[in-house]
Amino acid sequence: MFHFSNIVRTKGDPKIVEGGPSLKQPADQLARALGWFSIGLGVFELFAPRRVTETLGMEGHETLVRAFGVREILTGIMSLSVEKNAGLWARVGGDGLDAAALLSGLTADNPKKGNIALALLTVGGIAALDYRTAQDTRPQRPPRDARRKLYPRRSGFPKGIESVRTAARQIAALARPNEMKQGDARGVP
Amino acid sequence: MKALVWHGKEDIRCDTVTDPEIQDPRDAIVKVTSCAICGSDLHLFHNFIPGMLPGDIMGHETMGEVVEVGSGVNGKLKKGDRIVVPFTIICGECDQCRRGNFSVCETTNRKRHLADKVFGHTTAGLFGYTHLTGGYPGGQAEYLRVPFANATHIKVPAGIPDEQLLFLSDIFPTGWQAAVQCDIEPTDTVAIWGCGPVGQMAIRSAILLGANQVIAIDCLPERLSMAEAGGATTIDFETESVVERLQELTDGKGPEKCIDCVGMESHVMPSLPDTLLDRAKQMVMAESDRPHVLREMIYVCRPGGIISVAGVYSGLSDMLPMGAFMNKGLTMRTGQTHVNRWTDDLLRRIEEGEIDPSFVITHTVPLSEGPEMYQVFRDKRDSCVKVVLKP
Repeated sequence: MFHFSNIVRTKGDPKIVEGGPSLKQPADQLARALGWFSIGLGVFELFAPRRVTETLGMEGHETLVRAFGVREILTGIMSLSVEKNAGLWARVGGDGLDAAALLSGLTADNPKKGNIALALLTVGGIAALDYRTAQDTRPQRPPRDARRKLYPRRSGFPKGIESVRTAARQIAALARPNEMKQGDARGVP
Repeated sequence: MKALVWHGKEDIRCDTVTDPEIQDPRDAIVKVTSCAICGSDLHLFHNFIPGMLPGDIMGHETMGEVVEVGSGVNGKLKKGDRIVVPFTIICGECDQCRRGNFSVCETTNRKRHLADKVFGHTTAGLFGYTHLTGGYPGGQAEYLRVPFANATHIKVPAGIPDEQLLFLSDIFPTGWQAAVQCDIEPTDTVAIWGCGPVGQMAIRSAILLGANQVIAIDCLPERLSMAEAGGATTIDFETESVVERLQELTDGKGPEKCIDCVGMESHVMPSLPDTLLDRAKQMVMAESDRPHVLREMIYVCRPGGIISVAGVYSGLSDMLPMGAFMNKGLTMRTGQTHVNRWTDDLLRRIEEGEIDPSFVITHTVPLSEGPEMYQVFRDKRDSCVKVVLKP
């Protein structure tokens, strides 16, 4: 990508000679892939719900498929964002909803129940992937009750705070008579 | 040379890049002795500010030794000079520079056509801070090209360690300007949102400028302890109501002066629904900033008061209570820092031992460990408040 960027970069600015290790872990890359997959699936569900319901033998549930499509898009966007972990957990929840909806269509009189079984298998596999990725991308922020270093002696004032406050008060006292004179001239009490 | 290079969202790498060259007679090349990671670098790390390209070198808090000067530098700098590099690139000659409005220098943004379109008028070029501000390579590197080096430098004396001087490049004057913009009077209560490095400097600046009471708001114990050490009364917004505590501490009148040292990535909490909504909108690019702090400041500030914004905002903020802002007669002052406007005063205060800005440093590591330190700083791990990198 930086080769393309170099085209618009000012001539003479430093260019990469050798890349260092990336901060991105495989789980980050997987989260990104799942995010784009989610958006793609969501768009398909949103704009072609009949294709989905026909394939599954669940005609009449187009509105539900559209709603699931919107959910997929939103969780996909979250998975691509800085909050990817929240996005992935939302996807795990969404996988549960998908499975529940599919199970409701797994009736004896559904001629496409074979497709539903296949879809359930796929959802199960993706759910496992979502769950694993969510585990691997857990934020590393320390918990609220973690032991932390405190800095009670870092005032930044080598001569002490009181010395600074006293100096500031003295400067203010010296400045005040001048200000009052200006105030009198303007008729300000 | 080695440099910390932006490769995309949350991906900074320590790459080997070509050395910078003199491109213009007014350039100088600096061998970096110390540089730092700034809170506003995190906005780039998260890719919340548009205009970064893979391959851009990060960093805008840098100091070092001049190793090469162009023929047009006119003797103001010479090889061997020790300088702090202000994060704003200034020409020193345009109308704005002559007025001391250095951060809106009219000359130095070499991609001003972009800034003109986005902001209406260009602002100064900045080191390592997107192509909206010139796309200049930053100073988290072994060497840095300083354009307009005639004016863009702060000469510093030998004998004072880097750690005390480095922050003249950004966070110290930024905190100072935030406080100065408040026109602090001896009876004033100054409330400061955010106790990161700039917030810490703003606290000390408000004390130096004679505020009667300084109240600092954050949620991290290490930052709150540092704020308290600097003379502030603290509020932990995760366990206390900021509005109620500020009312208590000001006899129900509200602080006269409010300083925002948080900016566009304010903390998101379920108990503050506006922060959740902002985050959701930011995610789908319906809003670029999370302005919870601005809303809260407008609400609590005493009528006739001043709001000073040092935190970085990038674009569009929703649901600002303009009714309260207008009817309470508040004044808002903002701006990237006019670094060189404050340099003489702040350098003197450091030299005289009035303040030692190195108090804020909690981590000093080699440049090669910079990428991991971005994550540590972002996640607030290991009680990290400020990171200094040594190339």
